[in-house]
Amino acid sequence: MSESPSPRRSVDDRGFRLGTGFFALLVVLLVAGIAFELYRTSRLSIDKFGFNFWRTKVWDPVAGQFGALPFIWGTLYSSLLALLISTPIALGIAIFLSELSPRFLRTPLAFLTELLAAIPSIVYGLWGVFVLVPLVRKFELLTPEWLRRTPLFSGPPVGVGMLSAGLILAVMVIPFTSSVAREVLKAVPSTQREAAYALGATRWEAIQAALRFGRTGIIGAVMLGLGRAIGETMAVTMVIGNNPQVSASLFAPQYTMAAVIANEFTEASSDLYLNALVEIGLVLFVITLVINALSRLLIWSVNRKVTVKVSRPVPFTDARKAA
Amino acid sequence: MKTIRWALGAAALMLAIPSLGQNVQIDGAGATFPYPIYSKWFSEYNKMHPEVQINYQSIGSGGGIRQLSAQTVFFGATDGPMTAEQQLGAAGRVLHLPTVLGGVVPVYNIPGVDAELKFTGKALAGIILGTIAKWNDPAIAASNPGVNLPASDITVVHRSDGSGTTYIFVDYLAKVSPDFKKTVGVATSVNWPVGLGGKGNEGVSGLVKQTPGSIGYVELIYALQNKIAYGSVQNMAGEFVRASVDSVTAAAAVAAKQMPPDFRVSITNAPGPGVYPISSFTWLLLYESSKDKTKSKVMVDFVKWALTEGQKYARDLGYSPLPESVVLLEMEAVKKIKV
Repeated sequence: MSESPSPRRSVDDRGFRLGTGFFALLVVLLVAGIAFELYRTSRLSIDKFGFNFWRTKVWDPVAGQFGALPFIWGTLYSSLLALLISTPIALGIAIFLSELSPRFLRTPLAFLTELLAAIPSIVYGLWGVFVLVPLVRKFELLTPEWLRRTPLFSGPPVGVGMLSAGLILAVMVIPFTSSVAREVLKAVPSTQREAAYALGATRWEAIQAALRFGRTGIIGAVMLGLGRAIGETMAVTMVIGNNPQVSASLFAPQYTMAAVIANEFTEASSDLYLNALVEIGLVLFVITLVINALSRLLIWSVNRKVTVKVSRPVPFTDARKAA
Repeated sequence: MKTIRWALGAAALMLAIPSLGQNVQIDGAGATFPYPIYSKWFSEYNKMHPEVQINYQSIGSGGGIRQLSAQTVFFGATDGPMTAEQQLGAAGRVLHLPTVLGGVVPVYNIPGVDAELKFTGKALAGIILGTIAKWNDPAIAASNPGVNLPASDITVVHRSDGSGTTYIFVDYLAKVSPDFKKTVGVATSVNWPVGLGGKGNEGVSGLVKQTPGSIGYVELIYALQNKIAYGSVQNMAGEFVRASVDSVTAAAAVAAKQMPPDFRVSITNAPGPGVYPISSFTWLLLYESSKDKTKSKVMVDFVKWALTEGQKYARDLGYSPLPESVVLLEMEAVKKIKV
């Protein structure tokens, strides 16, 4: 390394740097271009509704009244629900595959979970319509009357609705979260585990130590799942009921941003209507950006805490108590 | 290197073909509803005139109108006539040409009821508005004596995607119910007061099939091809009519008597006996005067063929053919197109 590079090499290096830099810049330009184009083609709607677009509930193409709140609500609700269901399962799969599974099971099981990611979303949608929705309906019919009176479980037991959407999204998200989490756990140096065992940790405690070591990557894995859930269109629209309303109920039919764009874009004949749909795309874009920024912030704050803790020489068991 | 040269040669060849002056390629876009018969027509027409290639993209009525206005396609197609505002946005006078007809039928799933239900317009509108919430409501029971209707809730299923089918259905409901006209209105997608949304005819019929106590609406073709049972609807003359290829054509025959010169007419709730009330034309959209006279000439010839010879394909594909009287009016109208 200390040798001065030959002129030929330095030219190559510069070219390489310029080339790769150009590609990196291309991504930035692309994102900026998308944002600009979304803004430009939704001007009519932005000018007319302003901030009310974000907080009104009426979506009436006939009267030319457009409010995105039910769609924003539906997207966030379904994605968070999916995350709530999928994260424990995905982490369980990752931990089992990387730490506990017998060697002969590891490859086939990992292959099968990753296969879930390769299924097209329309196929998930069909499965949702014909298998999941009837099951959810049975479950909804079994729900006792007193529970049905609470806001979380109110509404007609029709099967399609938020619960079905959350479940199908969870199944779609699991392979993404679990395979990234598994890679993260694999990357934890074995010295970490060995150190834990050397201190007399049980297997569970050693796994905890590994999880803590890889927490940045695991949060990243969960966020990847969230990103997938927010943008999913086809499977969700087939099971969510497509009714724009803001409801806390798991049983109520609702709607998401991606779904309404896909559903209504082709027949949107008036300019304002089209602009409103594009603005939904803009809102989705902004929300995705905010969520990404928040996840960065989360990772950053978690990392900071870890460094503080590592710098203090405490025995393993004490560190666990502190956490 | 060889491949590149070959590709360049192929590209040059492709560019060269139109300049030979014989082949005509015409692009159109629009409604999904008539897509099966349009593609049949274009392929049959191509067999007779191999030099003419007509491409049709079924991107939806709204998209068809937009692309026609922007002149990215030569012709459009729509299930709902262009509004006055849309016509102002077009690059010239647009001629509406009815090509075939379709109907929309109510489909339902009520456990324990096998009978073919009869719906009055008022009952149908009330159900969709949510004001009639139980199956044994007097408004439904009155027209169905002898049918044991349960006291269960009604679940309404509608299209979640913008659709000409929705347009025809709500156009009918708005005519029979002032309430519906005021609170919902007429468009390819509307603000539904209650219910679930299914994507496409298959989405609606799937949800109806699965959900006990539900009612939805699908195109007549779809119900016929998939053997789905559907109810009959009361027409203006007071008869309960079951939708069929003939009862839909009958609605158009009535309308022909008062056809406006631009053919932009809604034939839902048409008067007269034997008429199925939820029927509609689907239209082909052509500029009266276009820059490319060759293409206009080809399209006029095609339309003349489709309106006469071509109508024989309608019935097999589940569409209702145009009545003779409408065809005669259209043959007059196509003369307006400058060739």
